[in-house]
Amino acid sequence: MAGGKEIKSKIASVKNTQKITSAMEMVAASKMRKAQESMAASRPYAQNIRNVIGHIALGNLEYRHPYLEERAVKRVGYIVVSTDRGLCGGLNVNLFKKVLADAAKWQSEDAEVDFAVVGSKATSFFNNMKANVTAQVSGLGDRPSITDLIGSVKVMLDAYDNGEIDKLFIVYNKFVNTMTQESTIDQLLPLPKSDDEEIKHRWDYIYEPDAQAMLEQLLVRYVESQVYQGVVENLACEQAARMVAMKSATDNASDLIDDLQLVYNKARQASITQELGEIVAGAAAV
Amino acid sequence: MSAMTVNLSVVSAEEEIFSGRIESLQIAGTEGELGIMPGHAPLLTSLKPGMARIVKYGGEEEILYLSGGMLEVQPNSVTVLADVAVRSDDLDEQVVLEAKQRAEEHMNAHGGDVDYAEVAAELARVTAQLRVIQATKKKV
Repeated sequence: MAGGKEIKSKIASVKNTQKITSAMEMVAASKMRKAQESMAASRPYAQNIRNVIGHIALGNLEYRHPYLEERAVKRVGYIVVSTDRGLCGGLNVNLFKKVLADAAKWQSEDAEVDFAVVGSKATSFFNNMKANVTAQVSGLGDRPSITDLIGSVKVMLDAYDNGEIDKLFIVYNKFVNTMTQESTIDQLLPLPKSDDEEIKHRWDYIYEPDAQAMLEQLLVRYVESQVYQGVVENLACEQAARMVAMKSATDNASDLIDDLQLVYNKARQASITQELGEIVAGAAAV
Repeated sequence: MSAMTVNLSVVSAEEEIFSGRIESLQIAGTEGELGIMPGHAPLLTSLKPGMARIVKYGGEEEILYLSGGMLEVQPNSVTVLADVAVRSDDLDEQVVLEAKQRAEEHMNAHGGDVDYAEVAAELARVTAQLRVIQATKKKV
């Protein structure tokens, strides 16, 4: 029975792989639920602070904070949020493609590009392509905390304060639903303007205690909360993408096993037929 | 005047605490108590630990505890970005009283080597929580 044994052992190995992928699928599903909860919990804060910032960007404030000024763009910064681990389909690759396309657009306008990376996938990707990486953080785990991110954010904010970069973007995957993750590039600095139609005339806030202190406090909080939200959303995306990728891997393994089983059965049948033929031929010869 | 309302949203880093139309809001700013009515001029202020009394559309009251944060007022919307916000019903008086006692003891016991500012802030927090609880009791 030639080849039968090899096929059998191949089926066994595919079955083992299938067990692993289906276990990973289930792990990802349960982690996704948690990640989704923490994402949904911090979303209102991020959204509301973005609204407030939008209002501020529209107003005619007595104190012009540097974060409000549009400058000529000579250098742009990206905070790229990626996953720490692979096996999550095209999630990271799609994100990187989008960043590179956007960065190429700036480069064609003679602006240079800096990256601050979150997650080991982005780290290795941008190091490989010899991009200018100014800050790096990875190994955030399933429950990232704002304190882990502050370092990287501060590097970029300092660069902005010192005039080294003139625009700052955050790049992450936005969680739409389990099947869809949308790679998103949001502008952090200078502040994006709100499209609230009702407040178009000249106005300013009443500040208590003091305009500069208030804005400093609010703007730093804003950037931190946006980056944190990006990281949390990306985490939910990672788990969802991994779940989907592992599910299709499990399905593919089933298909493969079916095909191999067919080949095996055919080989077995052929060898039996051949043996029968030999016996009959032998008997006829006697 | 019951038709005059403004949209309020109270959010903390962890969750959305309140969102809806209100008739007025009373809140503790760092410079003193503030009363916000619909149509208030744009205002930006930081908040100190204290309570927020919300009069919802229709006159129903709700009391929240805030550990600090920021308040933004626009004529058509009010946003509270709280560090921590708790509904007054979720505060446990016993736990708060114990915390207050601890803070007071801490302050009296060590005198020199404690970080006075930190303990004072802690004390201010629990005192504010107690006031929220008492205000809720009075209402019931």
